[in-house]
Amino acid sequence: MTSIAARTAAEISQRGRIRSAAFHGLFEGSIKVILIALTLLSVLTTVVIIAVLVKESIGFFTMADHPEISLWSFFTGTEWSPLLGAKPLFGVLPLISGTLLVTAIAGIFAMPVGLLTAVFLSEYASPRTRSILKSVLEVLAGVPTVVYGFFALTFITPYLLQPLSSSFGTYNAMGAGIAVGIMILPIVCSLSEDALRAVPQSLRDGAYALGATKFDVTAKVVIPAGLSGVVAAFLLALTRAIGETMIVALAAGGLAQLTVNPSQQVQTMTAYMVQIFLGDAPAAGVEYRSSYAVAFTLFLITFIMTWTGAIILKRYREEYE
Amino acid sequence: MKTGRTIPQAKRILSNRLMWAACLGATTIAVLVLSALLITIAIEGTGALSWSFLTSFASRKPAQAGIIAPLMGSIWVCAICAIVAIPVGIGTAIYLEEYARRSRIKSLIQLNISNLSGVPSIVYGILALVAFVRFFGIRSADDAWTFGNAESIFYLQIPFGPSVIAGGLTLALVVLPIMIISSQEALRSVPQSLRQAALALGSTQWQVVWHVTLPAALPTIMTGAILSMSRAIGEAAPLLVIGGFLLVFQTPANLMSDFTVLPLQIYNWAGRPQSDFHKIAAAAIIVQLVVLLAFNTIAIIIRQKLQRPLQS
Repeated sequence: MTSIAARTAAEISQRGRIRSAAFHGLFEGSIKVILIALTLLSVLTTVVIIAVLVKESIGFFTMADHPEISLWSFFTGTEWSPLLGAKPLFGVLPLISGTLLVTAIAGIFAMPVGLLTAVFLSEYASPRTRSILKSVLEVLAGVPTVVYGFFALTFITPYLLQPLSSSFGTYNAMGAGIAVGIMILPIVCSLSEDALRAVPQSLRDGAYALGATKFDVTAKVVIPAGLSGVVAAFLLALTRAIGETMIVALAAGGLAQLTVNPSQQVQTMTAYMVQIFLGDAPAAGVEYRSSYAVAFTLFLITFIMTWTGAIILKRYREEYE
Repeated sequence: MKTGRTIPQAKRILSNRLMWAACLGATTIAVLVLSALLITIAIEGTGALSWSFLTSFASRKPAQAGIIAPLMGSIWVCAICAIVAIPVGIGTAIYLEEYARRSRIKSLIQLNISNLSGVPSIVYGILALVAFVRFFGIRSADDAWTFGNAESIFYLQIPFGPSVIAGGLTLALVVLPIMIISSQEALRSVPQSLRQAALALGSTQWQVVWHVTLPAALPTIMTGAILSMSRAIGEAAPLLVIGGFLLVFQTPANLMSDFTVLPLQIYNWAGRPQSDFHKIAAAAIIVQLVVLLAFNTIAIIIRQKLQRPLQS
């Protein structure tokens, strides 16, 4: 590997111009300023997201012609009907329950399947099988989410769900949930596999030497040792599921209702935002502004979840050196 | 073992076999899902795929509809996204990995970036709507600052409105955290000894970065960049918020043009009840997947051809 370093040293000496220390000081200083400015862009993004969401949400909660809207009524209201009826109702619970229902279905599908696939990849598969399966997962990870929405509409619901029970309509929480589960499967799988492979081989060897079977080693040594990484992978995947938009906009339906019945249609927070931004609601109107309050709620939920994931990774990581 | 109970051997063998079967079963599910997905799309879509499908504009009649507008729109938007997100992402990664000292501020910035990568893309759409499309309401669209004339390729107006440049910048926001994190990992994998050797020869810090660290990390950085772009080209939600048009009958001519992208066109067609539209949606998905596959293949080739081992 000497080649890069050697070539570089040669290049530097060939250029050969001797520059003053003042030039170098100025040049290095300005590079550093540019790099700091680029880094601050990502901080600025967060600040502007929060500022925009707070400002527009305050605008929604303090509308003069809608005094009935308050933080309390928004977060405890059980009816969300901004477009229907004489008096629009803004209780966000049906949207939150719709989001959680779809996310729960996705998690129930993706977490066990993803973890077991990760175990298979890291503990059982031969290097050849592993590299083939890894590329299958990479393809799954790269598929645009709108494609999974299409898959839910044209395959999962008509060919898997409707033959099981006639109660499933064209749009239902189950189909959307399974599609979201397929979407997050590669995330669960590849992140958990990273966590499992980071467990040192010596731990496995130690257990085998004591007479443990592969099941013992996997279930009692490897998974507990990699648990913080696995939990962080689950959290990250569930965060993606909560924020997923195109699948639920296509396949979950458009009716906000407080239900745990997966054959019913539900509306998620993201799907409501799509409905508003695609529709022709006036920008000053109450239903348009409500989408900012919904976005803020969504942002808070995902923010808390990513934060928790980062803390779990940091605090509960088992270090083996 | 922990409980000190002796588990009969037959039971241990059984649990071992069950575990193996469960892992194999789960893996089979993943493979089956991918096959079902590809087969469904192939059956629905191949009939509608033709040269005229690639070169026609959208239409009310599914048989005459094509994807030239979203295809060109995707290319424009993705190019703008790449021009913005790749340099900014690499620059941020260089600062965090090569310049910043360990400090509270650095770890806060780091935490902020990982939080940004968890923000739903539709929320970025709202940010872009307020910042790029409306320019925070500082200037209205009727009274925009205008640069160049409307026929020129350099034509620009501020606020941007729902234009190609607003779309590209929106996607740049979405993929920036991914770009930063993957570049950081690439820089971190360059052995410290290379930097020390260059510093020992009297290089300044930037000379070390420009002549040693960046060239060594470049293949991995490029792989990350291509994967970020394949994420960008599949995004629909944030563009839908800023008002990416669902029906566009022209290809973009400059940064101010109206646009649509492939995933939005797929959404539009897939959401209609008629099965003829589902067929052209599937055909558009095939085109999208071929583009993605090309991206992934380039990434794999770069990874294999350019990646030399850095430690002897």
